[in-house]
Amino acid sequence: MSVTTQPIGARPTTAGTPWRDRAEEALIPPLVALLVALICGDLLILSYGQSPGAVYRLLLEGTWGNAYGFGQVLYKATTLAFTGLAVSFGLRAGLFNIGGESQLAAGGFAAALTGLALPPGTPLIFALPLCMIAAGLAGGVVGSVPAYLKTRFGAHEVIVTIMLNFIVLALLNWFIAGHLHVPETLHTPEIHAGVLPRLADINSTFHGSAANLALIVAVLVAVAVWFYLFRARAGYELRAVGLQPDAAEYGGISVRRVWMRALTLSGVIAGIGGINYVLGYKHYYEDGFASGAGFLGIAVALVGRNHPFGVLLAAFFFATLSQGGLAIHAFVPKQMMDVLQGVVIIAVAMSVPEVTRVLRSARRRSDA
Amino acid sequence: MNPISFLTQMIRIAIPYLFAASGGVVAERAGIVSLTLEGFMLSGAFAAVLGTSYSGNPWIGVLSGMIGGLIFALIHAVATIRYRADQVVVGVAINLLAIGVTRFFLKLFFASSSNSPRVTGFGGNINAAGFDNPLLWLGILVAPVVAFVVYKTPFGLRVRASGEHPDAAESVGVSVKRVRYLAVAISGILAALGGVYLALDQHQFTDQMTAGRGFIAISAVIFGRWDPIRAALACLLFAAAETLQIQLQGSHAIASQFIEMIPYALTIIALAGVVGRAVPPAALGKAES
Repeated sequence: MSVTTQPIGARPTTAGTPWRDRAEEALIPPLVALLVALICGDLLILSYGQSPGAVYRLLLEGTWGNAYGFGQVLYKATTLAFTGLAVSFGLRAGLFNIGGESQLAAGGFAAALTGLALPPGTPLIFALPLCMIAAGLAGGVVGSVPAYLKTRFGAHEVIVTIMLNFIVLALLNWFIAGHLHVPETLHTPEIHAGVLPRLADINSTFHGSAANLALIVAVLVAVAVWFYLFRARAGYELRAVGLQPDAAEYGGISVRRVWMRALTLSGVIAGIGGINYVLGYKHYYEDGFASGAGFLGIAVALVGRNHPFGVLLAAFFFATLSQGGLAIHAFVPKQMMDVLQGVVIIAVAMSVPEVTRVLRSARRRSDA
Repeated sequence: MNPISFLTQMIRIAIPYLFAASGGVVAERAGIVSLTLEGFMLSGAFAAVLGTSYSGNPWIGVLSGMIGGLIFALIHAVATIRYRADQVVVGVAINLLAIGVTRFFLKLFFASSSNSPRVTGFGGNINAAGFDNPLLWLGILVAPVVAFVVYKTPFGLRVRASGEHPDAAESVGVSVKRVRYLAVAISGILAALGGVYLALDQHQFTDQMTAGRGFIAISAVIFGRWDPIRAALACLLFAAAETLQIQLQGSHAIASQFIEMIPYALTIIALAGVVGRAVPPAALGKAES
């Protein structure tokens, strides 16, 4: 997004800028946002007649302070990492994928169907890749629709992905409510194969938390995205298109092909995220499980500054907020965290152009 | 199916869309992306219930609802116009923020995480079928008024210029920033009125009660090709589909999920240009330089 908001004539961020300058521009906005969020949090806590210090301490104890809370943070961070990576992958190509919500749901649905179709007792080494391929394919199909409409007709991907969210979720609801549900519920039967081991199986102090092997998959996907973007030729083309599509086209890159690939792969990444809930936690697909995670992916990508490893950190941060809400609920309503999520996004979005402008004019002065 | 009851139900369903889509047209014609309508509606709905509940007077509720929408509109305007933040990102955040703020205040003022207590509303005469509600008539009038303002007044000309060619507008002395601030404020107030109507019609606020109506309104704006009257007709069309779905319930002629998809599918078809291409204002979404 820094692409569209960059002042004309500003120095490009990727080439020729010392890494310290780039680090400043990347890190200051999230820190400003954190500060703003802390102040807003103080006000909300005070409005409820509680002491901010005590509530924040409770928040930390309930999230990072014990194994169960930490495990829950890791579980929530896993899904957000996938949707955040998906959004940031598109943004690197200059495209805004708001379809994470439905791509995640479609991925989870496909993973559940695959897990149901496989014979019971299929070893995980076969079942996991098959479920992941199914999930990625489903997310990719959903992602390819806005990609096709954009490259073929010039339809704006923001609107198409939003509209497609509603269509795909209604379609999945129809499948579940009309055909595949266990009576009296809105979920499928439990899968026969592909159940992921939980962190608690390895270390019993995590007992009860939902963190599972999908966390490792998320980290591996982040590494793969990093490699693709910064070490592979296709990723170089993708970033070139994101920075300056006309120049990229002139340089011999097919912008349409890159757009097609970027939005489809973005959908694939979000789709694979469906395994966290379906294979790792509940072992079935349930209507509405993806609710909110797609939109929060935008926040995660923004705060993570579109870097795969930044996205992992940001996912951890937003997962902490969400789990922290439960930890403080006895004193301040957990809804406070919904407010803070919005505040963080707006604060980062506002401070990115501003911080960049201020830093650059300061540097120009020191150069002169 | 009784045609009169169909029409009255359709109009009642269309009113929130008519308010929000009219607001959306104004903001988008000025060059500001209107993904925020959902959040403006939700904040308007909550503020209206809050105002009505404390004063006992629904008109005070209407006023506080408008202020609620205005506050969120100003946050959006300051972030995107003054600080040149990305309009799509802030739009998404405004919606999340509205959900969060209304939930938090629902807990704070009404000690509930799902709904407010019952408040008074307008009308209520069974025979009037909702047509004794002054907000309903306002909702019917809003699209023609917005059409007049956009096409026939100097302010409307400035709005359109700011959305199509902000540099040209600046060069003849129009303050694009001021026009966009005003347009976003108007869109916030109008969309909030849609939420106010919804909340007072149901006599209470419930968590996330707008349930995607702001996005249907955006669909109507696009399907109506950014024209107030055509957007209003799109609202009526979408409302008709919804009414059909409600009246067909139980007959299982078509699964309700497929009727739900209609507005969104039509929007995508319109954007893809299958029947006459929908082309947005040229400077939509671009920060003024």
